[in-house]
Amino acid sequence: MSFIFHALLTGVLLAALTGPLGCFVVWRRMAYFGDTLAHAGLLGIALGLMFEIAPFAAIIVVSTAVGLLLSALERQRMLATDTLLGLLAHGTLAAGLVAISLSPQPGVSLEAFLLGDILASGQRDAALAALIAFTALSILARYRRELILVTLSPDLAQVEGVPVRRVQQIFTVLLATVIASAVKVVGVLLVTALLIIPAAAVRPISRTPEKMALNASLLGMLSVCGGLACAWYLDWPAGPAIVLSAVAGFGLLRILPAQQ
Amino acid sequence: MTTVPLIRLEDVGVTFAGRAVLEGIHLELFPGQITTVVGPNGAGKSTLARVILGLLTPTRGQVIRKPGLRMGYVPQRFHVDPTLPLTVQRFLADTREPLPEAMANALHLPPLLNKDLSTLSGGQLQRVLLARALQRRPDMLVLDEPAQGVDMHGQTELYSLIEQVVSELGCSVLMISHDLHWVMSSTSEVICLNGHICCSGPPQTVAGDAEFRQLFGPDAAHYGWFRHDMHHHTECDHSHDSDEVSAP
Repeated sequence: MSFIFHALLTGVLLAALTGPLGCFVVWRRMAYFGDTLAHAGLLGIALGLMFEIAPFAAIIVVSTAVGLLLSALERQRMLATDTLLGLLAHGTLAAGLVAISLSPQPGVSLEAFLLGDILASGQRDAALAALIAFTALSILARYRRELILVTLSPDLAQVEGVPVRRVQQIFTVLLATVIASAVKVVGVLLVTALLIIPAAAVRPISRTPEKMALNASLLGMLSVCGGLACAWYLDWPAGPAIVLSAVAGFGLLRILPAQQ
Repeated sequence: MTTVPLIRLEDVGVTFAGRAVLEGIHLELFPGQITTVVGPNGAGKSTLARVILGLLTPTRGQVIRKPGLRMGYVPQRFHVDPTLPLTVQRFLADTREPLPEAMANALHLPPLLNKDLSTLSGGQLQRVLLARALQRRPDMLVLDEPAQGVDMHGQTELYSLIEQVVSELGCSVLMISHDLHWVMSSTSEVICLNGHICCSGPPQTVAGDAEFRQLFGPDAAHYGWFRHDMHHHTECDHSHDSDEVSAP
């Protein structure tokens, strides 16, 4: 019974974080950017296995590096951003798949990384999730004004004295960290869903950025509970069940306000 | 001139991917001055504004700002994603001081305060952005084609608002504008730009400059005043090698 408790705790803590961060991903139209960092995460996992580094740390390093590389390439203006994203997302995903297949460690389950294995969470995972959620939410709350202004217009933000480059780098590192931790919950393939679906779902019932962040947090946590319930009682795979719960929440919140 | 310029550009040049967008720009902007930059598409007008704002470091030359210079900026492009629930009130509460009530009323702000930024029309958004820029009590206000995406009626109103508000706050203005009516009626200085400064000075002087007419002849024909005032000019045989900056 304790394994489902740890899974629930880990998932709920991380969903509390992916909600607010996901709002920024939605406002900034960065869904594909999140996807790219997640795909790069698989390369991180593979490199972690090769050099015997914890996958969590390896994902953060590789995803952050890819995020910063992307910003640098964007400034060159050689290719459109979505083309660059496609290049990096699929390039790193392919490299990750090749690297995992060459991994000397037998019995590495690709599925766990692609679809998550939250049910394998233990006490350490829950503690780590708590630490990350607390730290990242504090940083996000501290920089929310700057982040919103940079979202609206980086030029205006810079004229008003916001250190735009630094704020954007902080956001990239936050996103990479959250993706690295959320891969445990829903896997590389679905991690963006945990960011954008709760945020998009609660938009119609949210009047301020803070309320939208809070609502997204709550819906994310509910989705984790719903998904784990489906996993427990119906034997569904936990990661996809969590994402489906969020999608159901999205649907309900679109239908319900319209009926009033 | 004895007053210290707010900002001075010395031999500024900007090169993008080997192509010179701006070259040899010498420029001084003084307090209380309303300066308009005109020029054809691709003339480097926005690039010049970005250099002045400090958003772009020029490839060569120097930009000297008066210490403590405070800039206000109304950007040309300002996209608000509809997923962001941010009211005008909240957006304007972000900066230090609210505007005096009379000025907020002149900008027609009160009815907008509870609306989401993403639902505003082009003209409404420009007024809100202008309000935010003015709330900073800037020494210099930079506007990059503020009338873009605003309908004709709104444009006239916007320009007269800018004039009114700016004279009340006493800040100097740098505006990029295609509106020759504004240029002639409200501007103290015109800079005609086409990669380099073709000519600059008070509007009456500049309008007589051959290169200005060459650049704006066809364009300016859309405006009645231009045909009336300028139809005496017959031809332009100006070449770019003999740039002469008319005395301000």
